[in-house]
Amino acid sequence: MQKWRATRRLLLNSYSSKSRFDHPRSNPISDHSTTISRSSSGFESWTSRIHYRHLATATIQRNPAFSTLNSDDINHFKGILGDKNVIEDEDTLLFANTDWMRKYKGSSKLLLQPRTTQEVSEVLKYCNSRRLAVVPQGGNTGLVGGSVPVFDEVIINVGSMKQVISFDKVSGVLVCEAGCILENLVCFLDNQGFIMPLDLGAKGSCQIGGNVSTNAGGLRLVRYGSLHGTVLGIEAVLANGDVLDMLGTLRKDNTGYDLKHLFIGSEGSLGIVTKVSILTPPKLSSVNLAFLACKDYSSCQKLLFEAKRRLGEILSAFEFLDNESLNLALNHLEGVRNPLPPAMHNFYVLIETTGSDESYDKEKLEAFLLRSMEDGLISDGVIAQDINQASSFWRIREGVPEALMKAGAVYKYDLSLPVETMYNLVEEMRTILGNSAKVIGYGHLGDGNLHLNISTPQYDDVILAQIEPFVYEWTSKQRGSISAEHGLGLMKANKIFYSKSHETVQLMASIKKLMDPNGILNPYKVLPYSIVSYS
Amino acid sequence: MKIMVAVKRVIDYAVKIRVKPDKTGVETQNVKMSMNPFCEIALEEALRIKEGGMASEVVAVSMGPAQCVDTLRTGLAMGADRAIHVDATGPLYPLSVAKLFKALVELEKPGLLILGKQAIDDDCNQTGQMVAGLLGWPQGTFASKVVLDKEKQLATVDREVDGGLETLCMDLPAVITTDLRLNQPRYATLPNIMKAKSKVIKKYTPQELNIEIKSDLEVLQVTEPPKRKAGVIVSSVDELIDKLKNEAHVI
Repeated sequence: MQKWRATRRLLLNSYSSKSRFDHPRSNPISDHSTTISRSSSGFESWTSRIHYRHLATATIQRNPAFSTLNSDDINHFKGILGDKNVIEDEDTLLFANTDWMRKYKGSSKLLLQPRTTQEVSEVLKYCNSRRLAVVPQGGNTGLVGGSVPVFDEVIINVGSMKQVISFDKVSGVLVCEAGCILENLVCFLDNQGFIMPLDLGAKGSCQIGGNVSTNAGGLRLVRYGSLHGTVLGIEAVLANGDVLDMLGTLRKDNTGYDLKHLFIGSEGSLGIVTKVSILTPPKLSSVNLAFLACKDYSSCQKLLFEAKRRLGEILSAFEFLDNESLNLALNHLEGVRNPLPPAMHNFYVLIETTGSDESYDKEKLEAFLLRSMEDGLISDGVIAQDINQASSFWRIREGVPEALMKAGAVYKYDLSLPVETMYNLVEEMRTILGNSAKVIGYGHLGDGNLHLNISTPQYDDVILAQIEPFVYEWTSKQRGSISAEHGLGLMKANKIFYSKSHETVQLMASIKKLMDPNGILNPYKVLPYSIVSYS
Repeated sequence: MKIMVAVKRVIDYAVKIRVKPDKTGVETQNVKMSMNPFCEIALEEALRIKEGGMASEVVAVSMGPAQCVDTLRTGLAMGADRAIHVDATGPLYPLSVAKLFKALVELEKPGLLILGKQAIDDDCNQTGQMVAGLLGWPQGTFASKVVLDKEKQLATVDREVDGGLETLCMDLPAVITTDLRLNQPRYATLPNIMKAKSKVIKKYTPQELNIEIKSDLEVLQVTEPPKRKAGVIVSSVDELIDKLKNEAHVI
């Protein structure tokens, strides 16, 4: 039996989402990203050879109004946090300075690891008084460069604040600190008979504070809704150190302006989230997963329409990937095989149902699928017969970003578009780029969210010029969002006008100025630099 | 030639198991059940043998309460031609299962009986061997490769043993139990799920097969293994040596 268990563990680990964050052994991007150039003013510029071009039109300079760290500051931090939690060690800093995609690399010299809200408050108060810029950091799994410094901002990592504070077994309200890793919360809740309302490929490393700060979407949004609905309360620390206790656990509370929504999705630019209170759904026993093949995109759409009607309340996920995405996953991921008998299909759809009655749900799903097959919406499909088969189907869909990283350079776009026209963008991109790049499209079809990715062996400015601003303009014309769930971060800090009006952005800037007059929280990100100016 | 395959309905192996508070067993209420992984491999091997032209029919057999029919439906959806359900409530230990299989084999007369090497709920690893003993058939257990010779009515089985691989050659009919590396089971495709709905599941009771189910075993208690203690971070080599010497007593 031991041999069996060991082999199973090997198999399971190769499917586990944690492997998504093992540093890829041969990453062409990291070979390029360590070039650091010195600008004439003497400050170390963060730019890398590849990434410099991304900001060709708006090369960022370090804001001279921010102070530079000195030894007094470091001693002060040691006084607040203790020596062990003030980190200047270069290897640790290298990891904290680099984002998951290995695209953005800061040059911070200091990483702080507060353990309590009080420590966060004292740190921020001091930084505000000294005008030291800071970057709030959690699991560092963001995809738009929002979690790493641009220059030498002090990194405040809340990963040490990982206690579960309370859990109400009747209402399902979980109160925990911001540094709790999502997968750990899922395990904790599993023992109680509940689940987290969000699920994403990064669950092995991402932290709930970061999820909330970026309003993470994920695979289950179509069933449980967004964090704006499921988060009941937040405790956050403002730039001046004030602790804002809005950690309510009430389902309904209409007393005044609901300020917690400001912190959900503002990517750490208005305050550091230190505690979260979230409503968790009960864990339902019957989960079924089907992996289906469709011959064209309009079949996928019709399938979505039918699924919402016929599966109704038990539908819990609806994802799609095109043929190129599947091939990428099959070629670059280990231990992954095509669930369907070998044949050329153009699109694949993953449908998951979650309900309380196993046989009823299975019958409902089978009836729906067989009928869809008779109607010609599905050309083939498989239903997972046990949890391991289901995990392997999910591994394919969740592993596409990882496969893209292994394939070379990736231009990643996360767009909200009307479902009818969504895939047209992928096809147009393919026509424009021809053989010079591989264009793939996959995503949360149930939410109207396309992940458009363009894969090339290496980064190339010519290709980038063909992609941007075409993708943003196309999206804007459809009144879509240029960032459905990834956020703006650094990558799209100047792109907000493609999806929001001037007046709206002006108001955002006013709020930012009100809450963070010195602009120390996560500078250079989210809002356009030209709008958020500081004296 | 007919192939009979044993499939068992067990707790899905990805489920976190919990022991019942009264320690009489493991919590099975509201827990996902699926086909035993080794039985999946057994069924896959039978299907491949049939697709290779060496067999005419694959019959899946499961024993237990009414819900076993779900597992048999999965087997039919994978490609088995028909299924047999032996309806028995109460615990079934390997010797009882083996006796029931002997009765079924005498009814159906298959040329090959394939089982998983063990079930993941009891880890007994006994049923295949016991059936072979009762029938007087040769057995190739822990099979990692099976090659049939139709003319000579032989089976050549590679077995995974502790020292490596052992190759046996045996006359048919024979009993084979499957190990992990034998094959990768196929998924149940929609067209096959559709066909499975019209396939036959025949029901027998132990009385009809003239077998009396009695057990010589009684489960007294089921407890969890002791929880692993947290590790300790030591701050220096001296402290490590001190702990190894004085606490762990290994040096």
